[in-house]
Amino acid sequence: MEAVSATAESDRPARTARPAVERPGTEAIEVKGWMRAHKWLLLRRISQFSILVLFLLGPWFGVWITKGNLSSSLTLDMLPLTDPYLLLQSIAAGQPPYAEALLGAGIVTAFYLLVGGRIFCSWVCPMNIVTDLAAWLRRRLGLKGGKVPSAYTRYWLLAFTLVAAAATGSLAWEWVNPVSMLHRGLIFGFGLSWGIVLGVFLYDLLIASRGWCGHICPMGAFYGLLGTRSLLRVSASRRRACNDCMDCFAVCPEPQVIRPALKGAGQAHPVILDRDCTNCGRCIDVCSKDVFRLTTRIDRSES
Amino acid sequence: MTTQRPSPERSAQSRRRFLKEMAGAAGGACLVTMGVGLVAREASARPATALRPPGALTEPDFLAACVRCGLCVRDCPFDTLRLSELGDNVATGTPYFDARAIPCEMCDDIPCVAACPTGALDHGLTDIGQARMGLAVLIDQETCLNFLGLRCDVCYRVCPVIDKAITLELVHNPRSDRHAMMLPTVHSDACTGCGKCEHACVLPEAAIKVLPHKLAQGKAAEHYRKGWEEKEQAGGSLIGEQTQLPMRGLEDRRHGDTRVAPDYKPSVPGSGLDSGWKP
Repeated sequence: MEAVSATAESDRPARTARPAVERPGTEAIEVKGWMRAHKWLLLRRISQFSILVLFLLGPWFGVWITKGNLSSSLTLDMLPLTDPYLLLQSIAAGQPPYAEALLGAGIVTAFYLLVGGRIFCSWVCPMNIVTDLAAWLRRRLGLKGGKVPSAYTRYWLLAFTLVAAAATGSLAWEWVNPVSMLHRGLIFGFGLSWGIVLGVFLYDLLIASRGWCGHICPMGAFYGLLGTRSLLRVSASRRRACNDCMDCFAVCPEPQVIRPALKGAGQAHPVILDRDCTNCGRCIDVCSKDVFRLTTRIDRSES
Repeated sequence: MTTQRPSPERSAQSRRRFLKEMAGAAGGACLVTMGVGLVAREASARPATALRPPGALTEPDFLAACVRCGLCVRDCPFDTLRLSELGDNVATGTPYFDARAIPCEMCDDIPCVAACPTGALDHGLTDIGQARMGLAVLIDQETCLNFLGLRCDVCYRVCPVIDKAITLELVHNPRSDRHAMMLPTVHSDACTGCGKCEHACVLPEAAIKVLPHKLAQGKAAEHYRKGWEEKEQAGGSLIGEQTQLPMRGLEDRRHGDTRVAPDYKPSVPGSGLDSGWKP
């Protein structure tokens, strides 16, 4: 809970840091009821699982709606989707792709440019379920300490994966990429790749809070950059009602994005414009004062 | 709640902290990537029994182009193709098949190639007969039943390009000295590497196996010329007609009959069971 105490200290040097929030959202559940306090989380889980089910209907029940996996897929034999990050690596490795892949990557890119790249992380990526579980467990068990790498690591890694693709002439990152491995594993069979997924879980649980998604994953970095100017944003529009309970900081996978909007640090308006924000909406859920809401980047109103 | 302008010392301190953090992040990321790159190089070796789908680019290009989506696997009607899993020793997530388990059925419309969105499987391949997934090699002549003089022929019979990719070559059987051996012989100009021969081989371990071309084939030096081909092209010998000398000890044989068994003795007609008949 480093981020939480650091923020609390810098805001109010005179006060002692609050204890780490172990059960964020308790107040919200009392005030709003369980369903409303978990609305976005439930929607997100529904989104993640239904995407997975779309891919699994074919191999499990013979209902072929979507074939392939997150790397590249074909839906209803007409909608091609391809991971633009993977295609970029492929191009860096020296392979000009076919029009199908370019079209698929174009559709995906356009979508995330609009709604926010890291929507992929919180609404689509299956690894999110694993790292969310690790973060939840870490909070509940009160695990502290460890060593968190710099949040810039992911951007460097993003650059280096492209360099590695060019240098080795192959999709080097795909040999270890836990994200594609988990999704492919669920659909086509795991082999030993569950070990890599378990590694990410244990890393997030024991070594670095939100370590994988928030600091290392180059795929998240790529989608983050993609959504830098995206339309869909969370706004702390009722920030005047904030009672500093710190629940939002405790649940946020990228806590550093909240402060500028909520506390007006370096910006006047209440919209979270940081590209690292995953639009997961968990802050909306856990706030008993309904400070946050999902809106557009243009809507800078406050109420 | 406005932010205070930081004092010069504080901003220098935070700049130092920022630079240190960046250096750490860059160094860490670089190390990770180098490790991954090395693993990638190391792991790009593929077991010889793992064959790529039809139309696959050469292995290095394939590993750059294949995004590991599995669409080829999904569109394979015979469950031949599978995506490699970590531990299969084939680049994780790439498609391959093991001919001994399930061979390629050589579909006319090649659905796996049509499904590939990136061109890792070359859409230029429209005639499955032109596919070169590997090359069948009759690798063990000591156990192949046809080499033992039996008429197994299964590999020959199941070959989708029968009499072109595999032919039976008639050879004298020196053991019995009176039978023919029909030796299954693979021809690289027609073999697609589908693996039906390897799949069908009746032995507990197949005597005929499909191997990657790199392992299965030699390569003639660029400057080699075959005299007989040159002769045919030129319409006659390039170095003038040569004198044909008789071969000592074989004067009474038909032309080309050079059989000599280790204990070969010309049999006497009419003695014992041996009638002296020679095919």
